[in-house]
Amino acid sequence: MSGQTQRLNVVPTVTMLGIMKARLVGATRGHALLKKKSDALTVQFRQILKKIVSTKESMGETMKTSSFSLTEAKYVAGENIKHVVLENVKTANLKVRSRQENVAGVKLPKFEYFTEGESKNDLTGLARGGQQVQQCRAAYVKAIEVLVELASLQTSFLTLDEAIKTTNRRVNALENVVKPKLENTITYIRGELDELEREDFFRLKKIQAYKKREMEKKLADAKLSAEDQFSLKKGVSMKSGHNLISAGREKDEDIIF
Amino acid sequence: MANRAQIPTSNSALIAMIADEDTVVGFLLAGVGNVDLRRKTNYLIVDSKTTVKQIEDAFKEFMTREDIAVVLISQYVANMIRFLVDSYNKPVPAILEIPSKDHPYDPAHDSILSRVKYLFSAESVASGRR
Repeated sequence: MSGQTQRLNVVPTVTMLGIMKARLVGATRGHALLKKKSDALTVQFRQILKKIVSTKESMGETMKTSSFSLTEAKYVAGENIKHVVLENVKTANLKVRSRQENVAGVKLPKFEYFTEGESKNDLTGLARGGQQVQQCRAAYVKAIEVLVELASLQTSFLTLDEAIKTTNRRVNALENVVKPKLENTITYIRGELDELEREDFFRLKKIQAYKKREMEKKLADAKLSAEDQFSLKKGVSMKSGHNLISAGREKDEDIIF
Repeated sequence: MANRAQIPTSNSALIAMIADEDTVVGFLLAGVGNVDLRRKTNYLIVDSKTTVKQIEDAFKEFMTREDIAVVLISQYVANMIRFLVDSYNKPVPAILEIPSKDHPYDPAHDSILSRVKYLFSAESVASGRR
């Protein structure tokens, strides 16, 4: 696996450059938005945490009071209360309802408890201590309220935790993988385009130089041939000058002496 | 963004209990207990004779049952099956650790708060510093 950021394998054309630039803009904007989301979620997280801590402490207190009232009821009504209660269990009439709440873009579950049906007052077999039992029941119902709220806080806590982890993962991925890759690709494309341009420029210059030489050669040739023409017109060739001089050396038959 | 963990919105869900006798009796008195047609209850009374395996089985069963939204478990029972409790990471059903008569509430062992300790070591409740 490459430890450094590579670039994407693309054809270095101008179109691709445009596409990469657009992608980089998108990645930057997405990164900023996700960071904001992560911050908002963390704020919610801390708030929920504080509430959880305080609710847990109050839950400890409530459970203690309910235990006390149960002990009182047992003392008054006798030990048989356990069996009576255990026998009388049929269907629950304290239930919870779960809904989904949308907090900063994350769906959090929320529980609320409700009573359905009538409360069981037919505790047959209890000879005495009815009032204590009722108080005990009330204390436990209150405890259930606190517990249900705590449960709802706890599930939101766990879900938020997951959501924050995912968002942070995405932020880091954008920042450390996607953006550097795109930037490298853009630099590469720009480099290739520049080099192509330089090649073109160089080729152009060479051709110009060649053409210039060609032109000059043609011009020189044309000049030479023009002088030739000039001398032919006068009937004297270039070589005739040469003959005049050498003719003096040779014996001309026409000359008598 | 796809929400992979589906949070079921149900209209009526039960509260399960795994605790000692007194606590369970108290909650049953309040009306939380449910026995369905197949004699399956939503509570388990833990005493000195209950084996760890029974507790584990009951816990797993409560977790997989669809009509249970909250599981109340005594803290000392939770300590017995701590690994199961800690490895569980679905949001629903919610696991709540409650104190019992003999074992008052100890935040240092609560599975949720101990997870928080890893996140914020400065302002943690479970660290025991005031």
